[in-house]
Amino acid sequence: MDIKAYIILSLVLFTIGIIGVLVRRNAIIIFMCVELMLNAVNLLLVAFSKMHALSIAAKASANFASDAQIFVFFIMVVAAAEVSVGLAIIVMMYRNVHTVDVNFLNRLKN
Amino acid sequence: MSIIQIIFLLLSVMAVGSALMMITSKNPVNSVLWLIVVFFAISGHYILLNAQFLAIVNIIVYAGAIMVLFLFVVMLMNLNAETEPVKNRRLQLIGITSGGALMLIIVSAISKIDVEQLVQINAGDSGLIKVLGMNLFKNYVLPFEISSVLFLSAMIGAVVIGKKEEIDIKK
Repeated sequence: MDIKAYIILSLVLFTIGIIGVLVRRNAIIIFMCVELMLNAVNLLLVAFSKMHALSIAAKASANFASDAQIFVFFIMVVAAAEVSVGLAIIVMMYRNVHTVDVNFLNRLKN
Repeated sequence: MSIIQIIFLLLSVMAVGSALMMITSKNPVNSVLWLIVVFFAISGHYILLNAQFLAIVNIIVYAGAIMVLFLFVVMLMNLNAETEPVKNRRLQLIGITSGGALMLIIVSAISKIDVEQLVQINAGDSGLIKVLGMNLFKNYVLPFEISSVLFLSAMIGAVVIGKKEEIDIKK
Protein backbone atom coordinates (compact mmCIF):
# COMPACT_ATOMS: atom_id res chain seq x y z
CA MET A 1 0.00 0.00 0.00
CA ASP A 2 1.03 3.56 -0.64
CA ILE A 3 1.43 5.84 2.39
CA LYS A 4 -0.80 8.40 0.65
CA ALA A 5 -3.84 6.15 1.11
CA TYR A 6 -3.27 6.11 4.85
CA ILE A 7 -2.67 9.88 4.98
CA ILE A 8 -5.93 10.55 3.16
CA LEU A 9 -7.89 8.08 5.30
CA SER A 10 -6.59 9.65 8.52
CA LEU A 11 -7.26 13.10 7.13
CA VAL A 12 -10.87 12.21 6.30
CA LEU A 13 -11.43 10.78 9.79
CA PHE A 14 -9.78 13.83 11.37
CA THR A 15 -11.94 16.19 9.30
CA ILE A 16 -15.10 14.32 10.30
CA GLY A 17 -14.00 14.86 13.91
CA ILE A 18 -13.50 18.60 13.29
CA ILE A 19 -16.89 18.90 11.57
CA GLY A 20 -18.51 17.05 14.46
CA VAL A 21 -16.99 19.47 16.97
CA LEU A 22 -18.20 22.43 14.89
CA VAL A 23 -21.69 21.11 14.14
CA ARG A 24 -22.89 19.42 17.32
CA ARG A 25 -23.94 21.13 20.56
CA ASN A 26 -24.01 18.11 22.86
CA ALA A 27 -20.87 18.20 25.04
CA ILE A 28 -20.54 14.40 25.08
CA ILE A 29 -20.68 14.15 21.27
CA ILE A 30 -18.05 16.89 20.99
CA PHE A 31 -15.86 14.92 23.39
CA MET A 32 -16.36 11.78 21.29
CA CYS A 33 -15.31 13.69 18.18
CA VAL A 34 -12.08 14.65 19.96
CA GLU A 35 -11.51 10.93 20.60
CA LEU A 36 -12.10 10.26 16.89
CA MET A 37 -9.45 12.84 15.98
CA LEU A 38 -6.98 11.23 18.41
CA ASN A 39 -7.61 7.87 16.77
CA ALA A 40 -7.08 9.28 13.28
CA VAL A 41 -3.68 10.57 14.40
CA ASN A 42 -2.88 7.20 15.99
CA LEU A 43 -3.63 5.41 12.73
CA LEU A 44 -1.36 7.82 10.85
CA LEU A 45 1.47 7.29 13.35
CA VAL A 46 1.24 3.52 13.00
CA ALA A 47 1.20 3.81 9.19
CA PHE A 48 4.32 6.01 9.26
CA SER A 49 6.00 3.57 11.63
CA LYS A 50 5.38 0.76 9.17
CA MET A 51 6.62 2.99 6.36
CA HIS A 52 9.89 3.50 8.24
CA ALA A 53 10.13 -0.26 8.85
CA LEU A 54 10.98 -0.56 5.16
CA SER A 55 13.77 2.05 5.25
CA ILE A 56 17.50 1.29 5.32
CA ALA A 57 17.95 2.67 8.85
CA ALA A 58 15.46 0.10 10.17
CA LYS A 59 17.82 -2.72 9.19
CA ALA A 60 20.53 -1.36 11.51
CA SER A 61 18.47 -0.86 14.68
CA ALA A 62 16.01 -3.38 16.05
CA ASN A 63 13.49 -1.02 17.60
CA PHE A 64 13.68 1.76 15.02
CA ALA A 65 10.14 1.21 13.77
CA SER A 66 8.55 0.36 17.10
CA ASP A 67 9.26 3.79 18.62
CA ALA A 68 6.23 5.31 16.90
CA GLN A 69 3.99 2.52 18.15
CA ILE A 70 5.16 3.20 21.71
CA PHE A 71 4.23 6.82 21.08
CA VAL A 72 0.74 5.64 20.07
CA PHE A 73 0.59 3.58 23.26
CA PHE A 74 1.32 6.68 25.33
CA ILE A 75 -1.32 8.66 23.40
CA MET A 76 -3.85 5.99 24.38
CA VAL A 77 -2.69 6.22 28.02
CA VAL A 78 -3.11 10.00 28.07
CA ALA A 79 -6.48 9.74 26.27
CA ALA A 80 -7.78 7.31 28.91
CA ALA A 81 -6.76 9.70 31.70
CA GLU A 82 -8.26 12.63 29.78
CA VAL A 83 -11.60 10.86 29.29
CA SER A 84 -12.00 10.12 32.99
CA VAL A 85 -11.44 13.76 33.96
CA GLY A 86 -13.44 15.14 31.01
CA LEU A 87 -16.47 12.99 31.73
CA ALA A 88 -16.32 14.02 35.39
CA ILE A 89 -16.39 17.66 34.24
CA ILE A 90 -19.38 16.96 31.95
CA VAL A 91 -21.26 15.20 34.77
CA MET A 92 -20.57 18.19 37.04
CA MET A 93 -21.78 20.56 34.32
CA TYR A 94 -24.96 18.48 33.95
CA ARG A 95 -25.53 18.69 37.69
CA ASN A 96 -25.20 22.46 37.71
CA VAL A 97 -27.13 23.51 34.58
CA HIS A 98 -29.18 20.31 33.98
CA THR A 99 -28.20 20.12 30.32
CA VAL A 100 -25.20 19.04 28.23
CA ASP A 101 -25.75 21.86 25.72
CA VAL A 102 -22.47 23.76 25.35
CA ASN A 103 -24.34 26.97 24.46
CA PHE A 104 -25.36 27.31 28.12
CA LEU A 105 -21.72 27.72 29.11
CA ASN A 106 -21.43 31.36 28.00
CA ARG A 107 -21.06 33.09 31.36
CA LEU A 108 -17.57 34.31 30.50
CA LYS A 109 -19.03 36.19 27.51
CA ASN A 110 -20.65 39.00 29.51
CA MET B 1 -6.88 -5.36 -7.19
CA SER B 2 -5.17 -7.47 -4.58
CA ILE B 3 -6.84 -8.87 -1.47
CA ILE B 4 -4.97 -6.34 0.72
CA GLN B 5 -6.35 -3.40 -1.19
CA ILE B 6 -9.86 -4.83 -0.95
CA ILE B 7 -9.55 -5.25 2.83
CA PHE B 8 -8.09 -1.74 3.12
CA LEU B 9 -10.99 -0.25 1.14
CA LEU B 10 -13.56 -2.24 3.11
CA LEU B 11 -12.14 -1.13 6.47
CA SER B 12 -11.80 2.47 5.27
CA VAL B 13 -15.41 2.62 4.07
CA MET B 14 -16.50 1.07 7.36
CA ALA B 15 -14.51 3.62 9.40
CA VAL B 16 -15.56 6.71 7.41
CA GLY B 17 -19.21 5.64 7.10
CA SER B 18 -19.49 4.89 10.81
CA ALA B 19 -17.81 8.19 11.67
CA LEU B 20 -20.33 10.03 9.47
CA MET B 21 -23.19 8.12 11.13
CA MET B 22 -21.74 9.07 14.51
CA ILE B 23 -21.88 12.82 13.89
CA THR B 24 -25.27 12.68 12.13
CA SER B 25 -27.31 10.41 14.41
CA LYS B 26 -29.71 12.26 16.71
CA ASN B 27 -29.63 9.80 19.58
CA PRO B 28 -26.38 10.02 21.64
CA VAL B 29 -26.53 6.28 22.43
CA ASN B 30 -26.43 5.52 18.69
CA SER B 31 -23.47 7.91 18.35
CA VAL B 32 -21.55 5.99 21.01
CA LEU B 33 -22.29 2.65 19.31
CA TRP B 34 -21.21 3.97 15.90
CA LEU B 35 -17.96 5.24 17.42
CA ILE B 36 -17.30 1.72 18.72
CA VAL B 37 -17.67 0.48 15.11
CA VAL B 38 -15.10 3.11 14.04
CA PHE B 39 -12.67 1.84 16.68
CA PHE B 40 -13.13 -1.74 15.51
CA ALA B 41 -12.42 -0.66 11.92
CA ILE B 42 -9.26 1.16 13.06
CA SER B 43 -8.22 -1.98 14.97
CA GLY B 44 -8.68 -3.88 11.72
CA HIS B 45 -6.32 -1.43 10.06
CA TYR B 46 -3.77 -2.07 12.83
CA ILE B 47 -4.02 -5.82 12.24
CA LEU B 48 -3.56 -5.23 8.50
CA LEU B 49 -0.40 -3.26 9.34
CA ASN B 50 0.74 -6.12 11.62
CA ALA B 51 0.60 -3.88 14.71
CA GLN B 52 -1.06 -6.61 16.76
CA PHE B 53 -0.38 -5.18 20.20
CA LEU B 54 -1.96 -1.83 19.34
CA ALA B 55 -4.96 -3.56 17.75
CA ILE B 56 -5.69 -5.46 20.95
CA VAL B 57 -5.01 -2.42 23.16
CA ASN B 58 -7.27 -0.30 20.93
CA ILE B 59 -10.14 -2.75 21.38
CA ILE B 60 -9.60 -3.25 25.12
CA VAL B 61 -8.93 0.39 26.07
CA TYR B 62 -11.05 2.35 23.57
CA ALA B 63 -13.93 0.10 22.55
CA GLY B 64 -13.95 -1.67 25.91
CA ALA B 65 -13.24 0.83 28.65
CA ILE B 66 -13.58 4.37 27.31
CA MET B 67 -16.74 3.83 25.26
CA VAL B 68 -18.43 1.97 28.12
CA LEU B 69 -17.66 5.02 30.27
CA PHE B 70 -19.26 7.25 27.61
CA LEU B 71 -22.29 4.96 27.34
CA PHE B 72 -22.61 4.93 31.12
CA VAL B 73 -22.60 8.75 31.30
CA VAL B 74 -25.09 9.07 28.40
CA MET B 75 -27.47 6.63 30.06
CA LEU B 76 -26.96 8.22 33.49
CA MET B 77 -28.13 11.56 32.09
CA ASN B 78 -31.00 9.88 30.22
CA LEU B 79 -30.11 11.66 26.96
CA ASN B 80 -32.20 10.79 23.89
CA ALA B 81 -33.22 12.21 20.54
CA GLU B 82 -35.88 14.51 22.07
CA THR B 83 -33.51 16.29 24.46
CA GLU B 84 -30.75 16.61 21.85
CA PRO B 85 -29.78 20.28 21.26
CA VAL B 86 -29.52 21.18 17.55
CA LYS B 87 -27.51 24.03 16.05
CA ASN B 88 -29.24 26.19 13.46
CA ARG B 89 -28.75 25.44 9.76
CA ARG B 90 -26.46 28.37 9.06
CA LEU B 91 -23.93 27.43 11.76
CA GLN B 92 -24.00 23.78 10.62
CA LEU B 93 -23.32 24.83 7.04
CA ILE B 94 -20.42 27.05 8.15
CA GLY B 95 -18.94 24.17 10.16
CA ILE B 96 -19.20 21.69 7.29
CA THR B 97 -17.77 24.19 4.79
CA SER B 98 -14.76 25.09 6.93
CA GLY B 99 -13.99 21.46 7.75
CA GLY B 100 -14.37 20.44 4.11
CA ALA B 101 -12.12 23.32 3.01
CA LEU B 102 -9.39 22.10 5.38
CA MET B 103 -9.70 18.59 3.96
CA LEU B 104 -9.60 19.81 0.35
CA ILE B 105 -6.49 21.91 0.95
CA ILE B 106 -4.52 19.08 2.59
CA VAL B 107 -5.69 16.49 0.02
CA SER B 108 -4.59 18.77 -2.82
CA ALA B 109 -1.23 19.33 -1.12
CA ILE B 110 -0.72 15.58 -0.64
CA SER B 111 -1.74 14.71 -4.19
CA LYS B 112 1.13 16.91 -5.41
CA ILE B 113 3.64 14.45 -3.90
CA ASP B 114 4.83 12.10 -6.61
CA VAL B 115 7.26 10.06 -4.49
CA GLU B 116 5.96 6.56 -3.93
CA GLN B 117 6.51 5.60 -0.27
CA LEU B 118 5.33 2.11 0.44
CA VAL B 119 3.97 0.86 3.76
CA GLN B 120 4.91 -2.55 5.11
CA ILE B 121 1.66 -4.53 5.11
CA ASN B 122 1.07 -7.76 7.00
CA ALA B 123 4.79 -8.27 7.67
CA GLY B 124 7.58 -7.11 9.95
CA ASP B 125 7.97 -7.66 13.69
CA SER B 126 7.98 -4.02 14.88
CA GLY B 127 4.39 -4.29 16.15
CA LEU B 128 4.73 -7.53 18.04
CA ILE B 129 4.43 -7.59 21.83
CA LYS B 130 7.96 -8.92 22.30
CA VAL B 131 9.67 -6.11 20.37
CA LEU B 132 7.42 -3.41 21.81
CA GLY B 133 7.88 -4.71 25.36
CA MET B 134 11.67 -4.83 25.05
CA ASN B 135 11.68 -1.28 23.68
CA LEU B 136 9.20 0.01 26.28
CA PHE B 137 10.98 -1.41 29.31
CA LYS B 138 14.49 -0.63 28.05
CA ASN B 139 14.27 2.85 26.53
CA TYR B 140 10.94 4.23 27.72
CA VAL B 141 10.70 2.94 31.27
CA LEU B 142 10.67 6.44 32.84
CA PRO B 143 7.69 7.72 30.77
CA PHE B 144 5.95 4.42 31.54
CA GLU B 145 6.32 4.99 35.28
CA ILE B 146 5.32 8.64 34.98
CA SER B 147 2.14 7.61 33.17
CA SER B 148 1.11 5.65 36.26
CA VAL B 149 1.41 8.88 38.27
CA LEU B 150 -0.71 10.55 35.57
CA PHE B 151 -3.38 7.88 35.99
CA LEU B 152 -3.35 8.32 39.75
CA SER B 153 -3.75 12.09 39.43
CA ALA B 154 -6.52 11.64 36.83
CA MET B 155 -8.35 9.26 39.16
CA ILE B 156 -8.06 11.64 42.11
CA GLY B 157 -9.07 14.55 39.87
CA ALA B 158 -12.17 12.75 38.62
CA VAL B 159 -13.20 11.87 42.18
CA VAL B 160 -12.62 15.44 43.41
CA ILE B 161 -14.54 16.98 40.50
CA GLY B 162 -17.38 14.51 40.89
CA LYS B 163 -17.61 15.05 44.66
CA LYS B 164 -17.55 18.84 44.65
CA GLU B 165 -21.31 19.32 44.82
CA GLU B 166 -21.73 17.18 47.92
CA ILE B 167 -19.01 19.08 49.82
CA ASP B 168 -20.80 22.35 49.03
CA ILE B 169 -24.09 21.00 50.35
CA LYS B 170 -22.48 19.97 53.64
CA LYS B 171 -21.25 23.52 54.21
